[in-house]
Amino acid sequence: MRGIQLSLNQTQKIRLQRALQQLESLSSKVNSNASVTVADTIPINNEDSILKGHGTSERGGDVVATLCGVVERVNKLVYVRTLRARYKPEVGDIIVGRVVEVAQKRWKLEINFSQDAVLMLSSMNLPDGIQRRRTALDELNMRYIFEENDVVCAEVRNFQHDGTLQLQARSQKYGKLEKGQLLKVPPYLVKRQKHHFHHLDEYDVDVILGCNGFIWVGEHVDVRESMVEDQTENAGEQNSRSNKSLEDTPIETRRRICQIANAIRVLSNLGFNITVEVILEAVNLSSKLDCGVDEMLGPEFHVALAEREAQRRSQSKKKG
Amino acid sequence: MEFVNPEGLRLDGRRPMEMRQLRAEIGAVARADGSAVFEMGNTKVIAAVYGPREVQNKSQQSNDQALVRCEYTMANFSTGDRKRKPKGDRRSTEISLVIRQTMEACILTHLMPRSQIDIYVQVLQADGGTRSACINAATLALADAGIPMRDLVTSCSSGYLNSTPLLDLNYLEDSAGGPDVTVGFLPKLDRVTLLQMDAKLPVDIVENVMQLAIEGCKAIATYIREVLLENTKQLEYRRGL
Repeated sequence: MRGIQLSLNQTQKIRLQRALQQLESLSSKVNSNASVTVADTIPINNEDSILKGHGTSERGGDVVATLCGVVERVNKLVYVRTLRARYKPEVGDIIVGRVVEVAQKRWKLEINFSQDAVLMLSSMNLPDGIQRRRTALDELNMRYIFEENDVVCAEVRNFQHDGTLQLQARSQKYGKLEKGQLLKVPPYLVKRQKHHFHHLDEYDVDVILGCNGFIWVGEHVDVRESMVEDQTENAGEQNSRSNKSLEDTPIETRRRICQIANAIRVLSNLGFNITVEVILEAVNLSSKLDCGVDEMLGPEFHVALAEREAQRRSQSKKKG
Repeated sequence: MEFVNPEGLRLDGRRPMEMRQLRAEIGAVARADGSAVFEMGNTKVIAAVYGPREVQNKSQQSNDQALVRCEYTMANFSTGDRKRKPKGDRRSTEISLVIRQTMEACILTHLMPRSQIDIYVQVLQADGGTRSACINAATLALADAGIPMRDLVTSCSSGYLNSTPLLDLNYLEDSAGGPDVTVGFLPKLDRVTLLQMDAKLPVDIVENVMQLAIEGCKAIATYIREVLLENTKQLEYRRGL
């Protein structure tokens, strides 16, 4: 079992165990024996009509798993859904990445995939918001947009025929992320949803749940500046932007960013699914327990959060 | 020296066909994509897998398969007398190569073109059979990293001392100078992927000794499967949904 590396005392150990046991009993019984390991045979009912999906291969008439995970069946398709693997991109996913290289007309981004993703200069809106051909001058000024080690939010555009992954950032909501923290969690904990950008009103903090398991927690920024305005006040807007990035983040906001970030860290340590609701609940719990930001990564908060999660899931199960 | 006493017990009190106690733990290195600690008695090995990730050296990139790299090191404190020169000796280069070839044979490298997989194994306590323990640890770490494989490759060693085939040699038996057969085995495919021996042994006995090592591999495979299945179940129910 993947151990949680914490120094728990005896009481905490028992409490954590009980909470985890409760979670185990709550998990749906349908999938209880669908877990497979490498080289396990996947039982097939009607052998003639089946499509082999990811993580399976055929061996002497049997379908065999090549991964550890959970067997999923969709009509004829049989595939193994892995836990703890690297990110598998899908077109339209919102991702957060880090720039590793500025190359000819493109940036290379590390996104927890088996290769670096490519963000072309032509597939993103320029900061001045004008639609036009990219000139050689734009190419020379690429470092003004993103530099190496910048954190960038973008969308998966397509796979090219040679397997490279292309990104796009054609909207004001995408682009460089500043004044915040980047967290890396296993990608299986982030589910694809309608919304991945979240503005937590009461904390004045933005949370971006990247499908690739990179989570951004940062100070709230208003990005809805209209394009027309951008065009007219081109120079002025750029100035205000640079002024804004020079402004200091108030200590209170920094503290809240850390609080939310630590809540996400604890959730990922415990291996719980990460959604805004769960994050907010964890943050509320920490406020309720009067748990300081620095104490949140300690054993007591882990145990408390596990108990809370068990309680929450049992309640939602009763309702449903 | 007497390695099997008249009662049929070995120096550490095991029977000739008995293995040392196994212990495996998944997820020992937080930042790695997959990691594991594997213990066989007093031999303790940690393995970490990074990847599939972008190829660091572009000239090694291949367009139809993944590049597998492996590095084997022994910690300075792993042996009885502290070692001074930690890296780059012939022995560890050879073992790195052996582990790399064994793992590459079972990874489905064609599914991950233009990427690289790094396997780092380090011996924390050496008490014989480090090679086997490293392969077992690497298998666990690869499975944890979600890398597609043909089968779980496991490894075990056996030897022949005092005219008795012995399973899973410890350091004392290993340094006796007798034959030491290390076998890498794919249990479900029933195939041998690694066979090493650096001594002479009559043909009819080799068969027996090798068979014994294969039995050991099968036992290890059963244990590893249990650990992996338990780990998968845990992750799944904790995630909820």
